Amino acid sequence: MSISREDIEKVAVLARIKVDGEQVSALEKDLGNILDLVDQLSAADTDSVEPMAHPLDAVQQLRPDVVTETNQREAFQAIAPATEDGLYLVPKVIE
Amino acid sequence: MQWDIVIGLEIHVQLATQTKIFSGSSTAYGAEPNTQANAVDLAMPGTLPVPNEQAFRYAVMFGLATNAEIGRRSVFERKNYFYPDLPKGYQTTQLAQPIVGPGYVDIDLADGSTKRVRIHHAHLEEDAGKSLHEDYHGMSGIDLNRAGTPLIEVVTEPDMNSADEAVAFAKKLHSLVTSLGICDGDMSQGSMRFDVNISLKPKGSDTLGTRTETKNLNSFRFMEQAIAHEVERQMDILEDGGRIVQETRLYNGDRDESRSMRTKEEANDYRYFPCPDLLPVEIDDAFIEDARARLPELPDARKARFKEQYGLNDYDAGVLSGDAKLSAFFEETVEHGKDAKLAANWIQGEFSARLNADEKSVAEAPISGAQLGALVTRIADNTVSSAGAKKVFEALWSGDNDDVDAIIDAKGLKQVSDTGALEAMVDEVLAGMPDQVAQYQNEEDPKKRKKMLGGFMGPLMKASKGQGNPKLFNEILVRKLGG
Repeated sequence: MSISREDIEKVAVLARIKVDGEQVSALEKDLGNILDLVDQLSAADTDSVEPMAHPLDAVQQLRPDVVTETNQREAFQAIAPATEDGLYLVPKVIE
Repeated sequence: MQWDIVIGLEIHVQLATQTKIFSGSSTAYGAEPNTQANAVDLAMPGTLPVPNEQAFRYAVMFGLATNAEIGRRSVFERKNYFYPDLPKGYQTTQLAQPIVGPGYVDIDLADGSTKRVRIHHAHLEEDAGKSLHEDYHGMSGIDLNRAGTPLIEVVTEPDMNSADEAVAFAKKLHSLVTSLGICDGDMSQGSMRFDVNISLKPKGSDTLGTRTETKNLNSFRFMEQAIAHEVERQMDILEDGGRIVQETRLYNGDRDESRSMRTKEEANDYRYFPCPDLLPVEIDDAFIEDARARLPELPDARKARFKEQYGLNDYDAGVLSGDAKLSAFFEETVEHGKDAKLAANWIQGEFSARLNADEKSVAEAPISGAQLGALVTRIADNTVSSAGAKKVFEALWSGDNDDVDAIIDAKGLKQVSDTGALEAMVDEVLAGMPDQVAQYQNEEDPKKRKKMLGGFMGPLMKASKGQGNPKLFNEILVRKLGG
């Protein structure tokens, strides 16, 4: 199975990864190979197999609803690039 | 051309847990920015989520209350998108295997009929943080206290056909989750947020039209306005021969305007996949039965009981049973005031009017059900007239005095109901008004007679310094004047 340049460019935008024209050509080949491998897997008969959500044969433990965390804002904000009034500052984004 | 309106809703309900869905951080509202955002909430490397049992319990209670199938095995997935108030770069949510499967809610319509609105499913997910776009040197401020707050997103089938029906459903859902105690229902703090999907189709057609989604409506009034606005916008386009573009829109309630946020072509591709950090959650019979045992009386059952137990009419029972806190207030009033109809009238009249005027919720009311009940008792046993009772209510509300009987004494509002004393006053007043008495006795028309009777009441109330029981005065007058 092949993947188009447009698909690669779209996925790159969604993943916020910058790729230039040359890289797209290389990725076309590499990703195409990966998709071929997936195609081979798809050939296996899985009709009687239930889709798996997790490789471990275990179920999730739940936690009681009790506050266990304390305020550590100062420690976390010490490693943030910019803060003010207790807020983390980020480049302006308005959707 | 005549059009059918088709509406489906997605409702985000914030669950009233103490802690977040995947961490032990507090969810208390109003804390200083980022003081309740810890390593898991901030998506620090090496942290792992552990789901909150209470969030599952609340979701299961919601499922049981909406006649839904409970997802015995539910799976969390990652919904991937980039936004600064979402530290992980994905929202942990459920997609193919949600905790609550198909169910329904019945709503009462204005014409007295009932309509069933089907719920497609409800899933558990985490809320995002808040972005503050005020100017921080050209940057945005991020508060992550809300990040990780548990939500259930309730998705309905497109079963509503007017703004009234959509609002009736939204109110019913609000009444349900607050009665269950799984959500505080405070819309102004974003505890419930509505997305409305709207499409139009030619009347009677089976084919659905292209829909738009209007996001993030946080009051019933805005929801009603946004639907009216969007229906009109779509109708104008269709009647001009245009085509509706599938898109997400934002509605500005203050200006009654909407604008496109993104179209289908620009729609996010969320690339969902099962979250490898979380195992499937299995819910067993014991968990479900425990949740069932915690279900309180629900609004429909409460309404039926109010009609049966207190003899309320359908309207009064509907108003008083809808809100869990108002219901409790009503029952406390009746417990202390006995006369349920009178209690219902005072709560829907004076009490609700004062709450609205002061913009207070029932929980913030300065008077208790016990106090209103004591006042109702004094109205029912004729100690105070209804005009006097309003003065007592005012004194209770302003906090001048918290005891009904003490207020009645202090303000001299006690009605004179001693028949002997009242008769003496009537005799005296009638003796001073011989012309009016003769006029009354010569009048044959019972309607005019009744009206003339009122002419004696003024002097009587004056003679009794406003404290004579008007009902008794009336009875005595009719008897003395000869029918």
